[in-house]
Amino acid sequence: MNATLLIVIFVAVMVSLALLPWAHRTWTTGRKTSGDDQTAVAPLTTRDSARQDCGLGDNPSEESHRDMSAPPTSVSMREKLSKARGLISERLGGIRSGSIDVSTWENLEELLILADVGVNATMDTVDRLRVTSRASKVSEGTELLEALKNQMKSDLSTDRELAYIAPSGKTPVWLFVGVNGVGKTTSIGKIGRRLGDQGLSVLMAAGDTFRAAAAEQLAAWADRCGADFVRGSEGADPSSVIYDAVQAAASRDVDLVLADTAGRLHNKVNLMEELAKVHRVANREPGQVVEVLLVIDATTGQNGLSQAREFADTVAVTGVVLTKLDGSAKGGIVFAIERELALPVKLVGLGEGDGDLVDFDPTSFVEALFGDD
Amino acid sequence: MFESLSDRFDGILGRLRGKGRLSESDVAEAMREIRLALLEADVHLNVVKRFVDRMQARCLEAEVTESLTPGQQVVKVVNEELTVILGGESLQLSYAQKPPTVVLLAGLQGSGKTTSSAKLARWFKSQGRNPLLVGADLQRPAAVEQLQTLAGQIEVPVFSSPGDPVKTTQAGLAEARRTGRDVLIVDTAGRLTVDRELMDEIAAISDAVDPNYTFLVVDAMAGQDAVNTAEAFHATLELDGIILTKLDGDARGGAALSVKEVVGRPIAFASTGEKLDDFDQFHPERMAERILGMGDVLTLIEKAEEVFEQEEAEAATQRLLEGTFTLDDFVDQLRKVRRMGDLSNIVSMMPGVPKEIKDSDIDEREIGKVEAIVLSMTPEERISPDIIDGSRRARIATGSGTTPARVSNLLKQFKEMRKMMKGMAGMGTKAKARKDKGKKPKKGKKGPGRARGSRAQSKETLEIPILDVDGLDLTLPGR
Repeated sequence: MNATLLIVIFVAVMVSLALLPWAHRTWTTGRKTSGDDQTAVAPLTTRDSARQDCGLGDNPSEESHRDMSAPPTSVSMREKLSKARGLISERLGGIRSGSIDVSTWENLEELLILADVGVNATMDTVDRLRVTSRASKVSEGTELLEALKNQMKSDLSTDRELAYIAPSGKTPVWLFVGVNGVGKTTSIGKIGRRLGDQGLSVLMAAGDTFRAAAAEQLAAWADRCGADFVRGSEGADPSSVIYDAVQAAASRDVDLVLADTAGRLHNKVNLMEELAKVHRVANREPGQVVEVLLVIDATTGQNGLSQAREFADTVAVTGVVLTKLDGSAKGGIVFAIERELALPVKLVGLGEGDGDLVDFDPTSFVEALFGDD
Repeated sequence: MFESLSDRFDGILGRLRGKGRLSESDVAEAMREIRLALLEADVHLNVVKRFVDRMQARCLEAEVTESLTPGQQVVKVVNEELTVILGGESLQLSYAQKPPTVVLLAGLQGSGKTTSSAKLARWFKSQGRNPLLVGADLQRPAAVEQLQTLAGQIEVPVFSSPGDPVKTTQAGLAEARRTGRDVLIVDTAGRLTVDRELMDEIAAISDAVDPNYTFLVVDAMAGQDAVNTAEAFHATLELDGIILTKLDGDARGGAALSVKEVVGRPIAFASTGEKLDDFDQFHPERMAERILGMGDVLTLIEKAEEVFEQEEAEAATQRLLEGTFTLDDFVDQLRKVRRMGDLSNIVSMMPGVPKEIKDSDIDEREIGKVEAIVLSMTPEERISPDIIDGSRRARIATGSGTTPARVSNLLKQFKEMRKMMKGMAGMGTKAKARKDKGKKPKKGKKGPGRARGSRAQSKETLEIPILDVDGLDLTLPGR
């Protein structure tokens, strides 16, 4: 690269940078003064400083939550999603009303966008539909809707198998990752329940050593499912907790380790590095990570795609657990995730009870996206 | 790679620079870009529609159409409008006549209520109050423990009791009165708005303690459904404000706009991290820019502010625009820029930088060479590079481990750059002169235009600088 360009860039950079803070303030405040109108802005830093140790609480002495020992209820996607049925928008009605015109296509696009499918995936989907529907001479709105549903169903990848066994004969580990508040711990609880019902022995590893009472939360779940449980000391290194857990599982001849991790925002470089380390350690003798499950909240918007990308880059995600789909959110972002990143949704969470877990079914999902009859 | 809104506008409307007027179709195209940007930012579809309609009218006004940089003007106008919507009147917290002031937190599962409750408690404490926290989330395992642990860090007491959240909250209120706490913060369980039973429950909690403030806790990464959630909670509880959480992520946060529009109550607080002090009053300007996708610019500004001293930078810029910028200045700035981090990253974040430059690969070693060349010059040479003749050039080349050709190339480009920067300032002033006078400045006359030119330093005349690509001499020497 020649110096000419370099200097040009430098001066450009320098001038713009020098001017930027001042220009920015002028621009936003609309006042033409120098920097004394500096508002105290809350820094939106993207680098996390060392985490403050929140510590873990003592063992909960009293039962301060509702009775959790109610028997698990088997629940179908339909039942749980019936509540969301009531929120079908008028756009659906508009589509079904008759023949196809410009507003029909608009309505279709809008339905997808409202479902958080995202602009790119929506436009792509609708463009393809235009071509195929013209070819097959679809004329009625209802027909078009069905064609769209079929197209989307076939778009969703097919391999959703969960790995229960490590080919090497090592102790299989399922690592749960995701941003804060998505439902990792609760999902582990439900999965532990299901695996237990299937006759498998499970060990839950409290790999979230950061959040207050995270280990206690997981312990409660382990208790309910009769699963083994390993936690670390206050503020311990998550990798060492996972390692200990895998060791314990191997020595106790447990069938599967479910490893919880702390919620972390994917744009935090050091936290993602920490996760990469956890993954490496969990993959060491005698364990093998056979599933890295990214937990995604159904209410998440387009950021879900960024989350998936970053986590997949860092820890080779094998599947998605889509949670909170029993609410009014459609979870359309997973459509974009599946299409763009080929990450299959394997499980769906439909509530806070330990039975509220189902396998992902593309047909039910797409039907629910457009309401249900 | 995420393309910023400014980039998009540079693309579409860059063509129109110097055109003088924006037509309706130009504005329509701009509105399409705005719509796209807002949808990608998760602003609700209906909110986007209403907003774009309003903007359409606004953008056809003279302020935008007659601007020399219509693209920037559109962005500016949109940004202003967003800021107004997001801002409006801030929440003025006033305390109850008869203590305690009751604050109720509600929201979906995982939105950050428990952490926010503790943060609020800390905040109230910093305002000289004596808060009591009520752990009324009896649904999630260890929720109360979590609150207790957090509260322990800030030495705020927590009240809870098993069984029924409504009764727990009532008992908490009684406890606050008994112990003379003047603020009561109630953490509740996360709940879906479609869950009739749980929505009835929170209504009951609210009825039981009659909160002075009810806050809806909203996750910044929420998508289109945020509006439904907000509407439902507002209908059930009559919200007073919103707390926006997880702003330390990179979600654009359009849900903030949607919820604000729909609920009409201020966004009271912004939560920007997992630590208890990552909690502050909400700043609408920053949120507006973030939603528009100018977050990168904010990061850039932050980096710049860390490294550049405001006054120093302005002084250096002044000299540059006056044409008195020296090689010393250049090396100074060069070093500062280097401290900011990876140069290609920085360049990619900058608005208004032509694509050719953005895409080019910046070799950090070249920076070192350029620096070495300048450092091999004597102070005299740096101030007046014109005195550098063949023998001086040779000496400098040897001293810096480069060639005389490189040295003269650097000097040549530096000169060109100084000329160009001076010209940039001139452009700005001429524009203003034209605008003010309504006529073109006459060539060669030392009229008001020239006088204004000598006041080029005056900040009023400068808009955010965009590199005029045509004016750049990007010819490669001898190739």
